[in-house]
Amino acid sequence: MTDTTQLLRFITAGSVDDGKSTLIGRLLHDSKSIFEDQYSAISRTSEKRGMAAVDLSLLTDGLQAEREQGITIDVAYRYFATPKRKFIIGDTPGHEQYTRNMVTAASTANLVVILIDARRGVLVQTRRHTYLASLVGIPHIVLAVNKMDMVEYGQARFDEICTEYLAFAAQLGLHNVTCVPLSALVGDMLVDRGDNLNWYQGPTLMEVLENVEIDHDVNTTDFRYPVQWVCRPQTDEYHDFRGFMGRIEAGSVTVGDEITVLPSGRTSRVKEIVTLDGNLETACAPQSICITLTDEIDISRGDMFVKADYLPTVTKEFDAMLCWLSDAPLDKNRKYLVKHTTRTAKCLFTSIDYRIDVNTLEQHANPTVNMNDIAHVRLKVQLPLVTDHYTRNRASGSFIVIDEATNNTVAAGMIA
Amino acid sequence: MNNRIFTHLDALESESIHIMREVAAECKNPALLFSGGKDSIVMLRLAEKAFRPAKFPFPLVHIDTEHNFPEVIATRDKLAADLGERLIVRSLEDSIKRGSIVIKNPDLPRNPFQSVTLLETIAEFGFDACMGGARRDEEKARAKERIFSFRDEFGQWDPKNQRPELWDIYNTRVHQGENIRVFPISNWTELDIWQYIGREKLHIPSIYYAHEREVIRRGNSVIPVSDLVQPKAGEKVEVLSVRFRTVGDVTCTAPVESTASNVEEIIAETATTRITERGATRMDDQTSDASMELRKKEGYF
Repeated sequence: MTDTTQLLRFITAGSVDDGKSTLIGRLLHDSKSIFEDQYSAISRTSEKRGMAAVDLSLLTDGLQAEREQGITIDVAYRYFATPKRKFIIGDTPGHEQYTRNMVTAASTANLVVILIDARRGVLVQTRRHTYLASLVGIPHIVLAVNKMDMVEYGQARFDEICTEYLAFAAQLGLHNVTCVPLSALVGDMLVDRGDNLNWYQGPTLMEVLENVEIDHDVNTTDFRYPVQWVCRPQTDEYHDFRGFMGRIEAGSVTVGDEITVLPSGRTSRVKEIVTLDGNLETACAPQSICITLTDEIDISRGDMFVKADYLPTVTKEFDAMLCWLSDAPLDKNRKYLVKHTTRTAKCLFTSIDYRIDVNTLEQHANPTVNMNDIAHVRLKVQLPLVTDHYTRNRASGSFIVIDEATNNTVAAGMIA
Repeated sequence: MNNRIFTHLDALESESIHIMREVAAECKNPALLFSGGKDSIVMLRLAEKAFRPAKFPFPLVHIDTEHNFPEVIATRDKLAADLGERLIVRSLEDSIKRGSIVIKNPDLPRNPFQSVTLLETIAEFGFDACMGGARRDEEKARAKERIFSFRDEFGQWDPKNQRPELWDIYNTRVHQGENIRVFPISNWTELDIWQYIGREKLHIPSIYYAHEREVIRRGNSVIPVSDLVQPKAGEKVEVLSVRFRTVGDVTCTAPVESTASNVEEIIAETATTRITERGATRMDDQTSDASMELRKKEGYF
């Protein structure tokens, strides 16, 4: 790795038998990211279970409970690196009841690899995973048509699947899709091209992961800076220092810029951008910095700095798509908490408009919202929030819902 | 970014700073666990980046097994003093004296008992959040643990009942008596740590660099000779060039053979190594395939 290595976060989504764990195991193995002691541990287990070859899928089986059941029950994170990029893989399970895990892992991903078994083609699950990827707004999609070895590496079958899939993706407004034929078991078209798919001229899966353009995955135009922490050293040297610490969630900022503090609407100018490594002239998303202002105005955690050229909405009532994550269904009679950027406020669901069937994409009116449901709702919050549409800005368009009684995170929300 | 590429280290650093500031802002009484090992030294630098020019809004806490490498303790004390930050040390010996830890042989590895003293320390100071330098690439169970890992009154982790963690909006809420372990460097790997130590020119204990040391071979491991570990009958003491990849309890932390005497050489070795960090160096993690998971369920870091 060099000092130009970038970070790419991706997830894999597929049905139980699409070979997802094998694909991850193969990526790690062929990029030489598996350690000898890990390899010997899974060799022993494979042998114990009477398997002829080493089962690479065992690499991603993390917990004792899953090892007993032989299934993946939660999101697991894996790491590997090539000279070009460092990768974080969020491994999500394919079971019906675990929509929440896919949404969780998808929320931080730059890219999703959607797996299809070449024999079975586009399934209900494929549509569901693609819909969830579009809902959470993953910027890049790779359709990995796996098990090509089981269909004699036929180009016609691959083309047929791609045509059907791309038509479906286009309906959801997804045009940034790359299709790759591969065999995770054999190793064709993952890291090495292999000799079986010579008719395919496109990139290998690894080439896609290494080269996909991610600089514009964050919004680079609308400055959004939620204040996390007010720094007041109160020492002799820094007697009057008041720094507003946070991370730039979108856009950039330069010393001298006029900024507006929301929700109050007061304005000031950036005096300094302070970091431990010295003051900066300019900074951009997703840097964590400390800003001082030329004027003394009342600012606290939960406020947001923006610039006047594209203003967010300051509101106490808004529409959102919700992914419900909790065993207990949404209760309209109860108050919940919303955490949005650095602000937490009480909230009430004033209407539940419809639920989306993630398999058919049909809308159902006046539903009960249960675990794994996706619903369109309207919320009223006790404090004004500084919001953007989720599709324009992930950071200022997302929120979580917390149940005050249990303190559990019960929903993920995307402002519509 | 001033014409400079935002690298993976920049991305990881910014994420960790963001996490630490969330802890400071939302938790009532947090602490940063600091041992003097390389990961916690990286954590200290990240805390400086997060909070300077002010002091840290939390104390440093070390749960001391008293099975230490002297170089590590010296580094721990020097760093805390240089930064002018408060360091709280609580020792397993105190728990042993109180009777809350009962051990048959004082020379045996003590990592399993750290949980007890940690929980007692949390109770003593009323900490509601403890930040630790654990990483997901270290071990299978850690790979599934959240960045904000909720613990019940007994400090226990329930892997099947974790709070979903979405975007970077962290739920820090706990009831009285419960607490959260927070792992700001969850997404860093061993290689990232070394690259960051190099980039930031961090001072780390000398035993991380190759040096000559008296060792004994036991099974696949090379074990350092110390006051607590002496050769048994038939075992031969050898002098090898070694370095430590992790440092913990002196009785169960094994070095690896190496001649890497500076950060650049360690980065080169780490990039090409074929054995995991804990696989090579932590005898206590090898007792069973699930030993970390079991310890975490009991309240371990």
